[in-house]
Amino acid sequence: MFDALSERFERLGTSLRSRGRLSDADLDEALSEVRAALLDADVELGVVRAFLDAVRERVSGEALNQNLAPGQQVIKAVNEQLIEVLGGSALKVTYASKPPTVVLLAGLQGAGKTTTAAKLAQWFKQQGRQPYLIAADLQRPAAVEQLRVLGTQVGVDVFSESSTPLEVARKGLAEATRLGRDVVIIDTAGRLSIDEALMDEVRDISGATSPHYTFLVIDAVTGQDAVQTARAFHETLELSGIIVTKLDYDARGGAVLSARGVVGRPIVFASTGEKMADFELFHPDRMASRILGMGDVLSLIEQAEQRMDADVLAEGAGRMMSGTFTLDDFLAQMGQVRKMGSLGGIMKMMPGVTKEMRNAASNVDENELSKIEAIIHSMTKRERREPVIIDGSRRNRIARGSGTSVGAVNQLLKQFNEMRKMMKQMSGGNMPQMPGGMGRMASMAAKASAQREQLPPGFEALGAGMNAGAQATRGGGGKNKKKKGGRVTPPKQR
Amino acid sequence: MIVVIIVAVIVVLVGSGVVIARGRRRRRPMLPDAPRVAMPSVLVTEVTQRPSLREEPGTLAQRLGSSRSVFDRVRALSGAGAVSAEQLEVVEEVLLRSDVGVATTNMILDDLRTNGAPDGIATSVRNSLLDSLSAERSVTLTAQPGRVPVWLFVGVNGVGKTTTIGKLAQRHVDEGRKVVLAAGDTFRAAAADQLEEWATRSGADIVRSAEGADPGSVVHDALGRAAARGADIVLADTAGRRANSTNLLDELSKVRRVADREPGEVVETFMVLDATTGQNALSQAREFLAAADVTGIVLTKLDGTARGGIVVAIERDLNIPVKYVGVGEGVHDLIVFEPEAFVDSLLDT
Repeated sequence: MFDALSERFERLGTSLRSRGRLSDADLDEALSEVRAALLDADVELGVVRAFLDAVRERVSGEALNQNLAPGQQVIKAVNEQLIEVLGGSALKVTYASKPPTVVLLAGLQGAGKTTTAAKLAQWFKQQGRQPYLIAADLQRPAAVEQLRVLGTQVGVDVFSESSTPLEVARKGLAEATRLGRDVVIIDTAGRLSIDEALMDEVRDISGATSPHYTFLVIDAVTGQDAVQTARAFHETLELSGIIVTKLDYDARGGAVLSARGVVGRPIVFASTGEKMADFELFHPDRMASRILGMGDVLSLIEQAEQRMDADVLAEGAGRMMSGTFTLDDFLAQMGQVRKMGSLGGIMKMMPGVTKEMRNAASNVDENELSKIEAIIHSMTKRERREPVIIDGSRRNRIARGSGTSVGAVNQLLKQFNEMRKMMKQMSGGNMPQMPGGMGRMASMAAKASAQREQLPPGFEALGAGMNAGAQATRGGGGKNKKKKGGRVTPPKQR
Repeated sequence: MIVVIIVAVIVVLVGSGVVIARGRRRRRPMLPDAPRVAMPSVLVTEVTQRPSLREEPGTLAQRLGSSRSVFDRVRALSGAGAVSAEQLEVVEEVLLRSDVGVATTNMILDDLRTNGAPDGIATSVRNSLLDSLSAERSVTLTAQPGRVPVWLFVGVNGVGKTTTIGKLAQRHVDEGRKVVLAAGDTFRAAAADQLEEWATRSGADIVRSAEGADPGSVVHDALGRAAARGADIVLADTAGRRANSTNLLDELSKVRRVADREPGEVVETFMVLDATTGQNALSQAREFLAAADVTGIVLTKLDGTARGGIVVAIERDLNIPVKYVGVGEGVHDLIVFEPEAFVDSLLDT
């Protein structure tokens, strides 16, 4: 997510760190780097200009700050400005005193409105609400059918009929009221912002249903046009926020900044994958950190607490450290991790994880996880506790039982042993000095909420990120794996 | 099996994160759950001020007007020969706003700086862009004797693959061909229903399977049916996929291999690209080219305000020509790409 932008800022970070003083020429050079980075990331030209002006102002306004090196000052200003453009802080979703709370979704074709509608319904459901979906996209063939299927998947009823979108919305709302649903989500057809007939239609729908929230659904890979679209929809519908989709694509994401910068409404939700669970509240400060390459620890922990059994997880982590980790534990942990969505998605939120690791994680086939589960399930209880007893004939049996090969069983056992060894070493105690993920993560998780005002969080992570990067370049291929583990430090400091 | 390590790392990091988060909470006195109060009538509190950006017109007509006047300004300023910094800036703005990208824009600006603009700036820029769009863009309709030609459609989610196939099916049927559609998008809910609707409208034949089925098998069945019924062409849909996932690209390669096996032969692989897409399109094209041997681009949604300038870079760097453009939702709104008209719309001259 925002990888390309992060990379450029990381490079910018190093070149600036090496300078003692910041001259006007330095500033110009730094800002032209920022400009190219933003344009490459599809941030709209007008937004780029406003952004750079603001950064320049910040930097020159703080010229007297003695506590920061000049280069750090630019990075700090860029970070602060990013947070501001991305939304200051998250929009708090509240509910109408007289239900139902009506949510209207609009956007261009193919932005992901229908999928978002279902994900949003699921989100409201998790908040303890009783959502209702209205399929008012009668334009695209089978759009209603698509919403029905997704509605079934998330367990939310879908209303539709073959009349006009306006009628569907009106009747759907009445039906929701009759059924006593407290949140209604209206999915509309994709439309171009210059198609006046369709824009009038969505305005009419809005007029008839008086939505409490109107969200523009916008695609993260959108280019310079994001601004045109956002403005046109804002003029027609008075948006209350933006939902950004496809944030799991590689790089870019400037559309988010652009749309946000132009309509001045917060980005409320982010959709980060094809699975129904890949949907979350958008946190601008966290996103800015992500852009600056820090990872998103807070979101991760929040998600973990929400979706996983935290006790199991905490216990597992503890046992890993103490070296009493068994295959049974591993099985339980893997089950927990899988609940959180794709491995790649989780890895993206982790600080100090190198790009190779991230790529490896995002390319892991879900089937592979199932295969591992199958192998462990085919072991006896004793084998899971004491994998050393697994000899040739047991391996054969396990391979047959799990429908895999002896090679796969061997591989799993080997990796598991390596992992155990690694963990044992780590708890040996030479960790605290290590620059890697865990120590930093521990301190960041602790600090992040406590001392926001001081340095921007991205700032310290940037330094640490560099270290991690340098390490990764040194060890290649298979060795790399070990290093990753090696950088994991128990949370002793706290 | 790197999975094992990955899972371990995740468990340790997240696990300790949870422990820490809890520790922090425990230290504070527990607050009672906030009582549920009546919701305020104001539902949306805007957190920050709207940043002061220059207002710009919102409709196409206005936009064209403003761009045109911008470019007219260049033309008015330009004599033959050297180009001023101010003029370069205007050119840069027009190009960047069309999603042409920083690299291509810089290339054109460098060219203007070194060579000047002997025929006026507008003409020079136009010619540079047209030079980049000089690939051969005919489409192949025939396969080796005894094989059925297959057109395969790939792309990221939501670009309009299924709609494009629907429109092309109509085009082929109108031209007197017997068409079989393969509903290879077995992932997105109701994608096959959507394609079936198009098949009904255009009078094409369709082969579909259940959601979650193997896309390769759908394509294979479609080829079988096409061969048995003597169809002239198979149009194969695939699920939208992000271009940065090896697994999804491998799956795509497999579908392509299946489609290329007897009795089929893949004669065109189109990457469908949404004109609103920005610089990410280039990496999409690179990945899809590697995974599925893309032979052409269908640029959709060009009837909106987006210009789709990134195809210039795609065609220049990767030599993938744009072959069709989508300009509306109607069944006939898919037309053959014309570089001149496209460049003119980029520049609004």
